[in-house]
Amino acid sequence: MAAPVKQNKLIRWIDHRLPVFTLMEHELNEYPTPKNLNYWWNFGSLAGIMLVIMIFTGVFLAMAYTPQKDLAFDSVERIMREVNYGWLMRYIHMNGASFFFIVTYIHIFRGLYYGSYKTPRELLWMLGVVILLLMMATAFMGYVLPWGQMSYWGATVITNLFSAVPVVGNAIVTWLWGGFVVDNPTLNRFFALHYLLPFVIVGVVMLHLAALHQHGSNNPLGIDRKGPQDSIPFHPYYTIKDLFGLGVFLLFYAAFVFFWPNLLGDPANYIPANPLQTPPEIVPEWYFLPFYAILRSVPNKLLGVVMMFGSIFILFLLPWLDTSRVRSATFRPIYKWFFFVLIVDCVALGIVGAHRPEGIWVVIGRIATAYYYFHFLLMMPFVGWFERPRPLPTSISSAVLKGGGRLAGAGATMEKP
Amino acid sequence: MGAIGTVSALWPFFASLSPARDTIAAGAPIDVDVSTIKPGQQITVVWRGHPIFILHRTPDELKMLQEAKDTGLLRDPDSQQPQQPSYAANWHRSLKPEHLVLIGVCTHLGCIPRLEAAPGGDLGANWPGGYFCPCHGSKYDLAGRVFNGVPAPLNLPVPPYNYIKDNLMRVGENPPGINFEISEIEQI
Repeated sequence: MAAPVKQNKLIRWIDHRLPVFTLMEHELNEYPTPKNLNYWWNFGSLAGIMLVIMIFTGVFLAMAYTPQKDLAFDSVERIMREVNYGWLMRYIHMNGASFFFIVTYIHIFRGLYYGSYKTPRELLWMLGVVILLLMMATAFMGYVLPWGQMSYWGATVITNLFSAVPVVGNAIVTWLWGGFVVDNPTLNRFFALHYLLPFVIVGVVMLHLAALHQHGSNNPLGIDRKGPQDSIPFHPYYTIKDLFGLGVFLLFYAAFVFFWPNLLGDPANYIPANPLQTPPEIVPEWYFLPFYAILRSVPNKLLGVVMMFGSIFILFLLPWLDTSRVRSATFRPIYKWFFFVLIVDCVALGIVGAHRPEGIWVVIGRIATAYYYFHFLLMMPFVGWFERPRPLPTSISSAVLKGGGRLAGAGATMEKP
Repeated sequence: MGAIGTVSALWPFFASLSPARDTIAAGAPIDVDVSTIKPGQQITVVWRGHPIFILHRTPDELKMLQEAKDTGLLRDPDSQQPQQPSYAANWHRSLKPEHLVLIGVCTHLGCIPRLEAAPGGDLGANWPGGYFCPCHGSKYDLAGRVFNGVPAPLNLPVPPYNYIKDNLMRVGENPPGINFEISEIEQI
């Protein structure tokens, strides 16, 4: 299609049989991207890069790891002490999980603020929620592999959640364990699935990207592109912008890997798993704390489990729970504040999840859980109905270029929206 | 027809995740000599990967279990929830009153409670003696019955067991003529 790639004879020969170059040209060079994307749009590509880093380091770790309950802990210690650069690969992988969740959570909240889940991007959003669920399952099973105290007891507590299912609960748990307790069969299958699921995530990411490229990126104004004056090619403009963002991100990531590698982990996981002794307190990794807080805030066991999983499944319904047709919260004076309250709410849930469910923490946990559901189930439909949004700009260009949305306006003074 | 074929083809994969034959075999009953357990003493044996508490209760402790100041604070004092075989659904939750046999796994989230047999102490002046779970503060009495106002919903489970001789206990096997499966316990 595009002329330059067809110059080289070999490229032309390949492209005629397998149109990879045409595809790349189409999805990178020609792919029109709104010209007003801000840095919050950087986090999708960062999440993609984290996925690659996790798979890459994970494959090398798997070459030195032993998924057997008497050997697993020691094999991880061997990676740390004996395998050349094993410590580096493990710390990159271990902290990578945290940073993968950081960029993913920011990516999700960006979508929430700018209404990226609204028509025609509902399936794009829902595929993203599928990726989040797969990430959580992968992270949980990965945490079990070092077979430390927190691995073992975390696995016990989380798999025991399924015992809340009426009638067949205990049978499900025995089936998940492949035994009568969390034991070697459990470790074995968790390792197999921990290796498999990232590649499933890659598959869903491909679908996520296919859905994205169908209608292109949303943008901070939340209005559709009206024509070529509103967009720029993804390459080189956003490749270079994303690469700069990546550099800044890697500075933070590397700081943790090299200076505070164990800050985000639990020291109890450096004690080998002991099925006959529970640690004083069982806490999940930080990225699960808000969900753990919801689980513990509900006095009924079954309802607690339902509400914990429901807090993620509710995101599938988001495109229909939000009744406003304005995408960007920039133009939604009421929703905007509820959005910031939701962020505070999620952080509060995370803090509650890190504390024993006693005294004031129970109260805060219950209020925060109730607010979370209020936000999605009641606030979103109602605010969409009665809120009067601010007027939208006529086009992306008109908001950027003073005095009109045509290319003729170029040269006018630049102004931030 | 296609659905039947698909389910039949997938069944072996589903079933392969259930406990394997040797895993089940490793869950066979174990014999414990209880003559060596002195009154007030508890031993822990492992069966099917679970800690099994065997406690020899003193006459004083047994008397306390029947008193109203204890039973009035319990969620399920008469063992109505299916947390034990029928032969342990009595006030002492055991075959012989003095020997208590429990699966030592908290019914809240699977931690291991510890024996705090002495009344009073750190757990408050009105603590009658029993089990305390350090994870989330669940409390049970000396028959493994859960107190009100703690996160654990149910009494500690009693596994199937019997006496094959006067002082030889077999954990994992019912007395003759009784069919009780551990899966009948509502929650371990």
